[in-house]
Amino acid sequence: MSLATEVQTRIPRHLLISMAVLVLAALGLSIYAWHVRKTVVATPTAPVNAGSLAPPVAGPTERVTLFVAHDEDGTLRAESALIPMPSGRQQRAEEVLQALVARYQGKSSPHALGPGSEVRSVFLVDPGAAVIDLNAAFADTHRSGVLVEELMITSLIQTIAANTPGILKVKVLVDGKERDTLAGHADLTDFYDVSAVNQLAVQLQSTQ
Amino acid sequence: MRWTRVRRSAGTARGCPTLSPGVGEGWDRVTRSGGLGRQMLQALIPFLLCSLLLSGAPADKYLSVYSVAANYSVPIVQREGRDYVGLLELLEPLGRVNAKAEGVRWRLRFNNVEGMFFLGKTHAHVQDRDADLIGKFLMENKRGLVPVAALSSLLPRILGGPVTLHEQSDRLFVGSVGTHFTAALSGDNPPRLVLHFSAPVNPTIANEPGALRMTFSREPVVAPASPTLTFGNKTIPSAIFSETRGAAVLTVNSNIPVMATFGGDGRTITVAPTAATAQVATVTNPANPTSTGTNPAPATTTAATPNPAQRRYFAVIDASHGGDDRGETLNSSLFEKDVTVALARSLRQELESRGITALILRDSDANLTLDQRAIFANADHAAIYIALHAASSGRGVRVYTALLPVGDDDRGPFRSWTTAQRPSLPLSQSTATAIAAELQKRQVPVRALAAPLRPLNNIIGPAIAIELAPQGSDVTQLTAPDYQQLVTSAVATAIVSAHDALGGAQ
Repeated sequence: MSLATEVQTRIPRHLLISMAVLVLAALGLSIYAWHVRKTVVATPTAPVNAGSLAPPVAGPTERVTLFVAHDEDGTLRAESALIPMPSGRQQRAEEVLQALVARYQGKSSPHALGPGSEVRSVFLVDPGAAVIDLNAAFADTHRSGVLVEELMITSLIQTIAANTPGILKVKVLVDGKERDTLAGHADLTDFYDVSAVNQLAVQLQSTQ
Repeated sequence: MRWTRVRRSAGTARGCPTLSPGVGEGWDRVTRSGGLGRQMLQALIPFLLCSLLLSGAPADKYLSVYSVAANYSVPIVQREGRDYVGLLELLEPLGRVNAKAEGVRWRLRFNNVEGMFFLGKTHAHVQDRDADLIGKFLMENKRGLVPVAALSSLLPRILGGPVTLHEQSDRLFVGSVGTHFTAALSGDNPPRLVLHFSAPVNPTIANEPGALRMTFSREPVVAPASPTLTFGNKTIPSAIFSETRGAAVLTVNSNIPVMATFGGDGRTITVAPTAATAQVATVTNPANPTSTGTNPAPATTTAATPNPAQRRYFAVIDASHGGDDRGETLNSSLFEKDVTVALARSLRQELESRGITALILRDSDANLTLDQRAIFANADHAAIYIALHAASSGRGVRVYTALLPVGDDDRGPFRSWTTAQRPSLPLSQSTATAIAAELQKRQVPVRALAAPLRPLNNIIGPAIAIELAPQGSDVTQLTAPDYQQLVTSAVATAIVSAHDALGGAQ
């Protein structure tokens, strides 16, 4: 008796058919899974938002003054904006700078910032000192030049000082550390005197 | 190898790599350990191997190699009308290297990089990519020889970093290891040429009639922006930098015998007339520009006890950035640091043509920290410090004065470093205003601003910075001599007009 005949004799015919159907089904599912996986890999993923995720700010909307750098004529111009403001003083200072950075990252930005640029945090230290902590992308991708760098520094300091009363001096850090310059020119090693920056802001509001 | 300065801990002077019988399978390996006898043997074997292998080489031709790991030289041999070097001995001080000859093929392994070379072929495979050797690959006693001319393209593939070959002078720089220097003439009677190097140097010095020659064989000294440095002085009129036969040579031309002295941990060399000639020069040249008519100091007294507060130059011009700090990248081939040097030279010429003595703080592609710039300007007691910048943004010229930070108060005779500029700020501002007015007269768009720009706040005397931007959108205008001269002549004219006020402030 041959081996095939012996198997047919011992295993019922309906079981053999069931097994064959199951094998075919498994094979079909494998092919389908492979096809689905290939399709998923080929589909481009949506760009990941490099900005930080933060819960929506709770608080009433307030009108704030942003001092915005304009590269085309090298001036600093005051603009008003309506933004939701939290109640805490430090959170308010952070929120107003986030609004300023968002202004620079908008489509019609007068002073483009590199991708991923953001203000990491703001610390208010009594008496009258503020520390602005930028991320590395902010400084690394910023344009180099005396005027373009001082426009940005003045924009940050003037904006925080105008909207947060009591700030007398400001220090700028990058990634939590002291850095020599923003992008090769504007000094970041010392505290800025807000009253001196205020006078500079007046100079920068004129093209002369 | 003729000379070696190995910076890594295991480094000792070594010769060519030796064949290690224990390695087997034809791999050549560098031997590194052993007792005193073995070390002597190791020292002897490479020498004999080098002599045997490179017997056809001219005895006096070497390739000087400068790297972070070691400074050394390897022999160059002439084959088929080209200069060749042994690749194994070239790479040995730079990392773990071994090689294996397989018939006409020569397999090289350097750290994790593998290369395959073929006898008589002008190309090789490095990391499975073709590499052009310019000339044929040669093997002698299982040693691979490659043309020197191919090293600038071949070695970056093997070492994974930039390599600069000065083929005419047989000098090879692995990575950014160049030692830069600045040259400044200080004092007129007698003059002293002060050379500041970015790393310690120890040249061999030879006195020749009319010149003092410094030969840097072991140091990666590189050329300044211009190989000829002129100082506008009758005693030490110029210095010439050249490279030849694996060494850098700086020749200081002088009309009287001079001698060199070392200082600053080997980073400073001062060239000055010998004691006898200095006295003669002082007596025969009494027109000391720093002596005033109302207080004529005897010439001999000036030479014997120099006044440390004596002003040597009226204006110190600082070409900002330099060396590793390129400043703004103005376009793909133009850096701010290069524009500022050209601008500084133009300004010096304009000032000197108006009778104002001026010193360029950085007249080569040297690294200078902001503190060094401030210290030099303060030590010189210049009447005006002018920092030069260039930018692609904006139009025309910006003249800056210091935006002083929140700093410590002065304590007694000690002035706060961060706000040292405070007493001179009004004079700096009036000078900036005068320069802006002069530029406006010449139809150049100009703004006068404060700026948080170091080292302006660290300078004791009047200090300004000038940022030059193109008048239109073409950034190459920054390199145009006529545009530079238009600006520098206006600046020089304004400084001349402020001469009395500036001079009186010192």
